[in-house]
Amino acid sequence: MMAKLPKWRRESIKRAEAAKEKRAKIGPDVDIDKFKREEPNHPTVSAPAELPQEIQEAAKVVGIDSNEAMRSGTFFQCDHSVIVARTHKDIPGVEIMGMNQALMKYDWLADYWWKAVPVDMDKYTAMAEINQTQGYFIRTEPGARLTLPVQACLFMGSYGILQCPHNVIIAEEDSELHIITGCTIHPSVDFGMHIGVSEFYIKKGATITFTMIHGWAPKIEVRPRTGAIIERGGTFLSNYVCFRPVKTLQMYPVAYCLGDDSKARYHTLIYGCKDSLIDVGNRAVLKAGGAKAEVTARAIARDSSQIIARGHLVGECPETRAHLDCRGLLLSEKARIHAIPELEGKVEGCDLSHEATVGKIEEEQLYYLMSRGLNEEQATSLIVRGFLDPEIPGLPDHLKREIRRIVQLTAEKVL
Amino acid sequence: MSLLEVKDLTVTVSGKEILTDVNFTVEEGEVHVLMGPNASGKTTLIMTILGYPNYQVTEGKIIFDGIDLQDKPIYERAKMGISIAFQTPPEIRGVKLRDLIRIAAGKEPWDPLKEGRETLATALLSKVGLDPETFWIRDVNVGFSGGEKKRSELAQVFAANPKLMILDEPDSGVDIVSLKTLGFDLGEYIREKRCAALVVTHYRHILPYIRPHRVSVMCNGRIVASGDPYEMFSKIEEKGYCEYLEICPPEMKRLVEKEER
Repeated sequence: MMAKLPKWRRESIKRAEAAKEKRAKIGPDVDIDKFKREEPNHPTVSAPAELPQEIQEAAKVVGIDSNEAMRSGTFFQCDHSVIVARTHKDIPGVEIMGMNQALMKYDWLADYWWKAVPVDMDKYTAMAEINQTQGYFIRTEPGARLTLPVQACLFMGSYGILQCPHNVIIAEEDSELHIITGCTIHPSVDFGMHIGVSEFYIKKGATITFTMIHGWAPKIEVRPRTGAIIERGGTFLSNYVCFRPVKTLQMYPVAYCLGDDSKARYHTLIYGCKDSLIDVGNRAVLKAGGAKAEVTARAIARDSSQIIARGHLVGECPETRAHLDCRGLLLSEKARIHAIPELEGKVEGCDLSHEATVGKIEEEQLYYLMSRGLNEEQATSLIVRGFLDPEIPGLPDHLKREIRRIVQLTAEKVL
Repeated sequence: MSLLEVKDLTVTVSGKEILTDVNFTVEEGEVHVLMGPNASGKTTLIMTILGYPNYQVTEGKIIFDGIDLQDKPIYERAKMGISIAFQTPPEIRGVKLRDLIRIAAGKEPWDPLKEGRETLATALLSKVGLDPETFWIRDVNVGFSGGEKKRSELAQVFAANPKLMILDEPDSGVDIVSLKTLGFDLGEYIREKRCAALVVTHYRHILPYIRPHRVSVMCNGRIVASGDPYEMFSKIEEKGYCEYLEICPPEMKRLVEKEER
């Protein structure tokens, strides 16, 4: 098998092999060997509407519309099989395909493969390379401006599997691409592991908005590994939503603002419940003049959940600016939120700032809302919903409405 | 029957008696001003009427619209028609002012998926002089100036269409020009709706707008005098609480003197 792979890929796998015992710097260690790596292939379907109803329903809650209304295209992966990858016929300028196909089709993917995330970062990236199971390739052509989002679903339909998709997303110069990704499980699956690698390449003047919604279960281990490289004048907006319980989830996506006037914005909404252990952060590295980053996180912890909300801004060039804003709300005595904001200025003239607050709902706020006619439960719910409001600056209006609809749908199922 | 009747009310906060044997009424359509030195018990009386749990009624009762409010939680009192404009309302991040205005009116928060264009909150924001374009999206009280908070509170009170509005120092922290427009809006609403109002204030500036019928003076947890607002304000301003209350029974005077010391 190895012999059939190009040299660059063999070298990459070799590096991964050397790192496969390397524990991650943060987050609890997961015994990957507990999970099954092989799974029979699932047959392809011509449209997501042909998927079994229970899969459509599960995917809907994480933003995947099986009717593909208001979508430029769809990618759907079940376990290790790509079962839908298609662009709407009237929408030019975007390519969507399974990663295995893309690797065969484009030699030049070598220039992107593990360039935004190191393959030997930890045992999870290593495993994602050794055991890579598809993933999606989405690329816009130069100048293509997609107004409607592409939807991509990474679905775990079998019990106890290890799913390691590797996604590469490229927005060529002056193009615009919006993606809604839902990662979730079949209702019957409550044990498994997902290591999703996502590498974003935002070329000169291009924009990518990426909204990822996770819907897991109390025995699922999740270790996404994500990096974005942003060139001159490029913009990367990333929204992350996780409202359902999970066993452990650890990720620390990083955006490298390499080009002048490049921009990165992360917005994270987490609702920790049951015994979930969630360790999520965002890092932005500003390497060129005029680069800007904004990282906001809203975390709510109830039951016995624990949330670590990290943020790390690195200023490596003058005339850069970044801000980190993390707010945590505790809804139970046993829940914990630990905010860890870090600012690292390496040169003069980088302007980095942060604010972080963690606390319970104040009595004064509750009584105030109750004086307007809400009972205590309704008042608490209003504060919680307000806290998780996906009011995301920078998104086009229609997409904002769509994200709001999805988040509301997700919230209704959980809150 | 009075709209609000406070009978022989004694209230403790954290075990300490703050109000003692208070008797007090507000009639339907009456604008009643409540004044008194700092820490005389005005806020405690208001919070007790609203039903805040840390204000314990140990004796007496409060009757509103013929119903004993004992055991009625805050939100039920609001639904019965009591609405307050707080002096210093709390900031609530993430909760939009437009939604709170709608909630005060008994509606659901605005849902763009159900209702394309929001009209209720927008109209009320305009009515109280807050630019709807700007304030529609703002989080409740976050970054509001003193005057903006007062106006936001008024919008919520107007939305509730209450039988009794309670205004806790609506004129404090408001500049003279804003006071004029705010006072005008308030007075117009009170007269148009024939709404009863209990207004806590230290100053006479707002009186011409709201045209009060009666003033009661609190001191040391008691109502010590009631009467014509203009006459009483003039005399209190001229003589101070202590000398003015010469007219009060001697035991009241002693209480006032003790407090002023």
